[in-house]
Amino acid sequence: MIKSVVDFFGDAEHARPRRWLFYLVLVLIVLADFVVPREHAEYLWERLPGWSAAYGFFSCVLLIFVSKFLGHRAGLMRREDYYD
Amino acid sequence: MTDFVHPAVIFILGALPIPFFTGPVRKAYLVLVPVLAAAAVMAVEPGSYGETQFIGREILIAKVDKLSIVFATVFTMMALIGTVYSLHLRDAGQHMAAFVYVGSALGVVFAGDYLTLYLFWEAMAFASAYLVFARGGEAIRAAFRYLMVHIAGGVVLLGGILLHAAATGSLLFGPVGGAMNMGSYLILAGFLLNAAVPPLNAWLTDAYPEATVTGAVFMSAFTTKAAVYVLARAFPGTELLVWLGTVMALYGVIYAVLENDCRRLLAYHIVSQVGYMVAGIGIGTELAINGATSHAFAHILYKGLLFMGAGAVIYVTGRRKLTELGGLYRAMPLTVALYMIGAFAISAFPFFSGFVSKSMVVAAAGQDHRALVMLALTMASSGTFLHTGLKLPYYMFFGTDRGLQAREPPGNMLVAMGMAAALCIAIGVFPGPLYALLPYPVEFEPYTGVHVTESLGILMFTALGFVIFLRALDPENTISLDTDWFYRKGARAFMWIAERPLARYEKAVSDFSETAALPFLHRSARRGLQLDLQGVDGLVNGVARSILDGGGVLRRLQTGVVTHYALAMIAGLFAAILLFAVVWR
Repeated sequence: MIKSVVDFFGDAEHARPRRWLFYLVLVLIVLADFVVPREHAEYLWERLPGWSAAYGFFSCVLLIFVSKFLGHRAGLMRREDYYD
Repeated sequence: MTDFVHPAVIFILGALPIPFFTGPVRKAYLVLVPVLAAAAVMAVEPGSYGETQFIGREILIAKVDKLSIVFATVFTMMALIGTVYSLHLRDAGQHMAAFVYVGSALGVVFAGDYLTLYLFWEAMAFASAYLVFARGGEAIRAAFRYLMVHIAGGVVLLGGILLHAAATGSLLFGPVGGAMNMGSYLILAGFLLNAAVPPLNAWLTDAYPEATVTGAVFMSAFTTKAAVYVLARAFPGTELLVWLGTVMALYGVIYAVLENDCRRLLAYHIVSQVGYMVAGIGIGTELAINGATSHAFAHILYKGLLFMGAGAVIYVTGRRKLTELGGLYRAMPLTVALYMIGAFAISAFPFFSGFVSKSMVVAAAGQDHRALVMLALTMASSGTFLHTGLKLPYYMFFGTDRGLQAREPPGNMLVAMGMAAALCIAIGVFPGPLYALLPYPVEFEPYTGVHVTESLGILMFTALGFVIFLRALDPENTISLDTDWFYRKGARAFMWIAERPLARYEKAVSDFSETAALPFLHRSARRGLQLDLQGVDGLVNGVARSILDGGGVLRRLQTGVVTHYALAMIAGLFAAILLFAVVWR
């Protein structure tokens, strides 16, 4: 059972259902965010349905590009023999 | 004392007979020790044990309360899991070091005074360093750096303890509170070093990836979390910690993007996750301390699981760089599944342990009206899933198939991973028992609809970003500069100064003294001796001889004959009269 689940995420032949499942999950999460009750919202963004999806995507992209900028442009990344 | 068996004693004394057992007996014994310690922790009653006096100050070997019990509980659990994971290992030295390490961490957790704390603190550093030394070869350098950094941190801590004791007159370990002075800042610095707070973090990401496969599992659990415990004990509500923790949480995930070594990537996530705990301690409300404590609890188990998964891959393939791994999922499906449970737990997916602990810290930041901290910590959890849940497993197990020969790791490794995975899920599904262990009463409900959809939104749209920017995340065959640059390059500069300018100066001085100064000194000494023998001695001898001769003449004048003396008196009288007559004329 575990092997077939792992294979579903690895094998190239399942690429199409995998992608559709992924998009379906994304849509369901955003839809669910619109229907859940929000009585304890303290901050502005907590009252916006779908906010977390946007912030998650934004965070991911920001982290990738800030890190790569620091690595390549600011010189944090070095050859492996740098300290030798 | 009779109703309290110190769990640290069980581990430290229990380490001694390990080399005398072999085969199945040793395995049974290795499992028995953590089980006994866990029983001792379960039996422990809150209170003070082992009060005594030392150099006129009060010493308290063990102080037990809810905060120490919760840490001791997870420490013994993790010790059992780590021991099962390393059962296949024949090297008695590593088993002993691991037990002494765990025992010392428990000693820190129960320490009631700063001196006891300090002794166990240092024992922890030495025992854990052995787990890096044990890999030999390249790792020796990293092990030395690890040891040097911790000894330096220990010296700072000891200095702080002495100043603190001098200022307050007490060595008892408790909330520092009030005005911070030099002593408390030094103690804080010592604690922050072990908590791997930037810029004092590089020892962790330098040493953990170099440790043995089993050693890294122990190391990921104890040093930083013991530091979280002492921070929670001594510095709750310290504003500085809020900001250090928040920066830490982002610092770790930013470095993790750049990382190619699988265990170094996980090590950077320790920095990030400990950031949540440090921030929680800084916020200092009951909810925040509960959050920091429960997050430490959950973290030890899932981080252990992640290190065990990465360790299994290293054990089987002998490779650790993401650029050299890939396509292992067919050969190691169980390892993949167990690793992913750890990845979901650290990413705080609903029904996994991180969800019920991390959200407490974030909620505490929200309650304390710290919107910026809340947003930064949420961003860091996106990064956590990005790396430990997506990037690392993708490039390690899926991705490009490198055609590596692989199989599942030994059974004991899988069992240990299964134990940790079961706990990660159990805590996530039934947080009640964990919440009951926390230092303050818990009025926190993690499973509200909005919280679940929000978390899933953050995480799954991070996954969308990952899918879109997959190529940008391809690991690169590089290392990243961190603050260890300063002491690695600094040590090199120091050695250069010692080998070049200093050594040349020293040689010039000794050359000068050999060719010019010494012969001159010899010559002048000889000249001095000559002068002494011929000049000074001759003069002194001459005077002495003249006095001797004069004495001989005088002695001859004293004949002892009365007529001679009478003649001399008459002659003297004539001479006196003659002189008188001449003067008066």
